[in-house]
Amino acid sequence: MTDTGKVQDEIIEEFSILGDDKESTIYYIMELGDQLPAFPEEERKEENIIKGCQSKVWLTTEFKDEKVIYLADSNTDITKGLISLLIRVLSGRTPQEIIDADLYFIDKIGMGSIIGSQRSNGLASMIKQMKLFALAYRSKINA
Amino acid sequence: MALDVNSIREQFPVLHQEVNGKPLVYFDNAATTQKPQTVIDALNQYYARDNSNIHRGAHTLASRATGYFEKTRTMVREFINAREPEEVIFTKGTTEGINLIANTYGRKFISKGDEIIISAMEHHSNIVPWQMLCEEKEATLKIIPVNPQGEIILEEFDKMLSPRVKIISLVHVSNALGTVNPVEYVIEKAHQEGAKVVLDGAQSSSHLTIDVQKLDCDFFVFSAHKLYGPTGMGVMYGKRELLEAMPPYMGGGEMIKEVTFEKTTYNDIPFKFEAGTPNIADVIAFQEALKFINGLGKRNVIAHENRLLARAEEELGNIKGFVPVGEAAEKVSILSFLIKDMHPFDVGFMLDAAGIAVRTGHHCAQPLMKRFGIEGTVRASFAVYNTEEEIVSLYRSLSKIAKIKNK
Repeated sequence: MTDTGKVQDEIIEEFSILGDDKESTIYYIMELGDQLPAFPEEERKEENIIKGCQSKVWLTTEFKDEKVIYLADSNTDITKGLISLLIRVLSGRTPQEIIDADLYFIDKIGMGSIIGSQRSNGLASMIKQMKLFALAYRSKINA
Repeated sequence: MALDVNSIREQFPVLHQEVNGKPLVYFDNAATTQKPQTVIDALNQYYARDNSNIHRGAHTLASRATGYFEKTRTMVREFINAREPEEVIFTKGTTEGINLIANTYGRKFISKGDEIIISAMEHHSNIVPWQMLCEEKEATLKIIPVNPQGEIILEEFDKMLSPRVKIISLVHVSNALGTVNPVEYVIEKAHQEGAKVVLDGAQSSSHLTIDVQKLDCDFFVFSAHKLYGPTGMGVMYGKRELLEAMPPYMGGGEMIKEVTFEKTTYNDIPFKFEAGTPNIADVIAFQEALKFINGLGKRNVIAHENRLLARAEEELGNIKGFVPVGEAAEKVSILSFLIKDMHPFDVGFMLDAAGIAVRTGHHCAQPLMKRFGIEGTVRASFAVYNTEEEIVSLYRSLSKIAKIKNK
């Protein structure tokens, strides 16, 4: 598997093709949301909702072969698109890789100005929750 | 008379800008309207030339500022056709107006076992103050239900009336749906039972001609900022005999006649309700907003807005997946809708990318959204400076957006 940097560079490349047009960028993000794997219905419960997001976001994980697999969903398509980007970078990696990941692609593609400050806060909450899962798994391995 | 919308637009500097590389289309007027240059200038001029505290100073600036401030009261009296300027109380806005009434008239005249009626289409600011009052006084809050078209069900209202009902507080025009409520009927019925009627005029003040004497409502509250005026300023109208019977809202300067440590006697209306230094600059600048509307003629403004609404309903109705929310027979220029299989946030977000500003969400009317079994809507609301070309822009962008899920 390529390191998180390579995946991020791919994303930066894809977004650079879209240029400065906000409309096409947003359509693209929404399309990415469509590719998100189906979220297990039994996990669509209150305790899996991430706090601090304007839209509803459900996040849960599986731990397979020492790797964290993220499963997530949202009630809005924009948010689903954002989640799918995070999953593309972070899912299927070891807890340590996730903890160490510097998510520079977010600034590089100008996500802040695309999604605005409220959604940026939501995005930060998602990242925080994803890293917390990784921390929990790492302490489990080391226990 | 048809309005010259281009020359109206010239007076609003904020409209002449690009958002996300597209010309701004501002369709969030039910949240707040933009301000004409005259209002902006009046704010500047007050601070640059006239600033001083009102009603007490012996100097020229103070008397000039007081004169301007009181001029607004006279103009508001005319605007809503109150009997006298003393019945016009300045507030921070609609929300403060309702809280003021609940905390003064309500606390004095509501007691255990009494009933207060609101409707299922109220803004939270016309729900929560009454809930708080009912809790304190062990009174009961009753809710007039709403039909699928988004109209209050009058037969149900009739059944609720009894001598126990003391206050009916009703939104004149729904901010979420645009429905115009049959307030004349409600007021007449209420008065037969001896109940007082509060009208939330936050939306109606800009979209309807208001005559509080003809309506015979007991209170009427609204905000300046939805009427091309500044934020942080509003009006509570009340009938003189009610205002005189009510205790003051806040204690402080301005609202007193005489203060000793044993006892304070209160000032006359309107000052009894205007403790502290008021929002002088915004009150004065509001005159310019009223002049703007009067200059165009309210009737012409309403006709223009209704034309925009009709055009929008016609155009957007052709979009596959377009679902209007609220189809009352009587409506103002507020259009709430959903796009099938899409979240309102996503629709609003994509419209913003196209330079079109709309509101998405529950519009501070969660019980109403629950009534329709939805989380929220997309709301486009039109004002006097909007054009039919802008409606066409909305149609074009929305068609494109709707196609994502409605092929």
